[in-house]
Amino acid sequence: MNDLDQRTFYMDHAATTFMKPEVIAAMAPYFSEHFGNPSSLYRFAAGSRSGVDAARRQVSAALGANPGEIYFCAGGSEADNWAIKGAALANRERGNHIITTAIEHHAVLHTCEWLERQGFSVTYLPVDEFGRVDPAAVEAAITDATTLVSVMTANNEIGTIQPVAEIGRIAHDHGVLFHTDAVQAVGAVPIDVERMGIDLLSLSGHKFYGPKGTGALYIRRRTRLENLVHGGGQERGRRAGTENVPGIVGLGKAIELATADIEGHNRRIAAMRDRLVREVLSTIPDSRLNGHPTERLANNANFSFRYVEGESILLLLDARGICASTGSACSSGSLEPSHVLLATGLSHEEAHGSLRLTLGDANTEDDVDYVLEVLPDVIGRLRQISPLTPPRTGVPEVD
Amino acid sequence: MYTEKVIVEFTNPENVGEIADADGVGEVGSPTCGDIMKIYLKVEGDRIADARFQTFGCAAAIASSSMATRMIRGMTLAEAWELSNADVVAALGALPDAKVHCSVLARDAIRAAINDYRARRGISPWETRYVCSHRGDGCGCRPENG
Repeated sequence: MNDLDQRTFYMDHAATTFMKPEVIAAMAPYFSEHFGNPSSLYRFAAGSRSGVDAARRQVSAALGANPGEIYFCAGGSEADNWAIKGAALANRERGNHIITTAIEHHAVLHTCEWLERQGFSVTYLPVDEFGRVDPAAVEAAITDATTLVSVMTANNEIGTIQPVAEIGRIAHDHGVLFHTDAVQAVGAVPIDVERMGIDLLSLSGHKFYGPKGTGALYIRRRTRLENLVHGGGQERGRRAGTENVPGIVGLGKAIELATADIEGHNRRIAAMRDRLVREVLSTIPDSRLNGHPTERLANNANFSFRYVEGESILLLLDARGICASTGSACSSGSLEPSHVLLATGLSHEEAHGSLRLTLGDANTEDDVDYVLEVLPDVIGRLRQISPLTPPRTGVPEVD
Repeated sequence: MYTEKVIVEFTNPENVGEIADADGVGEVGSPTCGDIMKIYLKVEGDRIADARFQTFGCAAAIASSSMATRMIRGMTLAEAWELSNADVVAALGALPDAKVHCSVLARDAIRAAINDYRARRGISPWETRYVCSHRGDGCGCRPENG
């Protein structure tokens, strides 16, 4: 089981993705011949500068934005922190109320909790059993003191896609800024910041086959936003720090590739995902699909298997070369299972027994076959050990 | 994060299952906390002739159950009572800090099973000072017996 030559079946693309060869190739010259600091005046630095400018155009084109509205930073968490803290602080004389949801990424939730400790007030909207936010609930939560609504485009755990355009319209109707964490959505959900009424949008390069440690915040022109990282005048004076030029160039190339044919990409991935879901649910009794049946990221499958615990599932899958993830507390060292699964109404036991498989561009139907061969055996083995398994549950036979 | 020993014990656990005519059964934990451990004892004289387990939980919980049941086989009830969670951790090499409570759960399940055995024989239970290793009162995890 510790055979390092064993083939890896990587099904955790919501955690991170591999970098596409085209992305690596685009970055390579910026480690070597174009190593200049984009802020330097001599002609030699122009190569770095033009790499950053080109990437800015690539990102803006992918979002329906203007290049001048794209600000590079160090990743999705920084973009979320910047958007939320920056908007809350810049608009605090207008009000101290923020609306978000119970299923946001911790980069948003923990930022909001920090703002609460600074005297801000935050409403965490609930979601339905599929993980969807009700736009009417957003509207109902808006008060005179509300300055920001932050709702993710798509959830990282269960893949549920939110009615972002509707929420954006509501926010704007009330003169409230709208931020969306699109970290999981870029390349999977077509984004148009104009049509969707988005003022602030966070994205992260490594979720769409780009480099880790890269991200961007879209800031609609004339949006009042405090800086988060103070220092030099990079990014038009809004985000200090010498640009991660190779990373920015890689992010640009990656977003261009990821958004070139979203529909075709989704069709291919969803075909594999749908077969995976169908066959898992039909071969493993007492299993369920978490999240929305249709309004979900094309690559996301999130299951709960009763009577068993997720970390055990993960480690037995790992022993067979499959990389997956779980919302069980036992995998994170915390005591509470996934806040997202609990928000959709799952019991603790069901949340502990969750398994997330997220497909990616290198996965094939053969990979799905392999998971379908291994997973029932893994669940069956753990159910044989579990005191919760009712007698004769129709547990798949174990060799 | 786990030692090789833990992974081996988890992937090839021994003593899995019920003992239909067990002399003592102890169950601790709760589905809310994400781990339940149930230990079955067969007692001959004052020695543990057989010990088996059923566990819902993480790799550390399953490995701890497997190791603990192996360790108490052949012990007297008094010896098994004195088995500490540190003994289980040592036998497993090590457990990550966040997983040490799994070894506590194994000790508690053994103690619950021993006291169940004593209760069935009309003997007063040995004293247990059950301390929830999760988050204190109210998490719902407690020994069924004892």
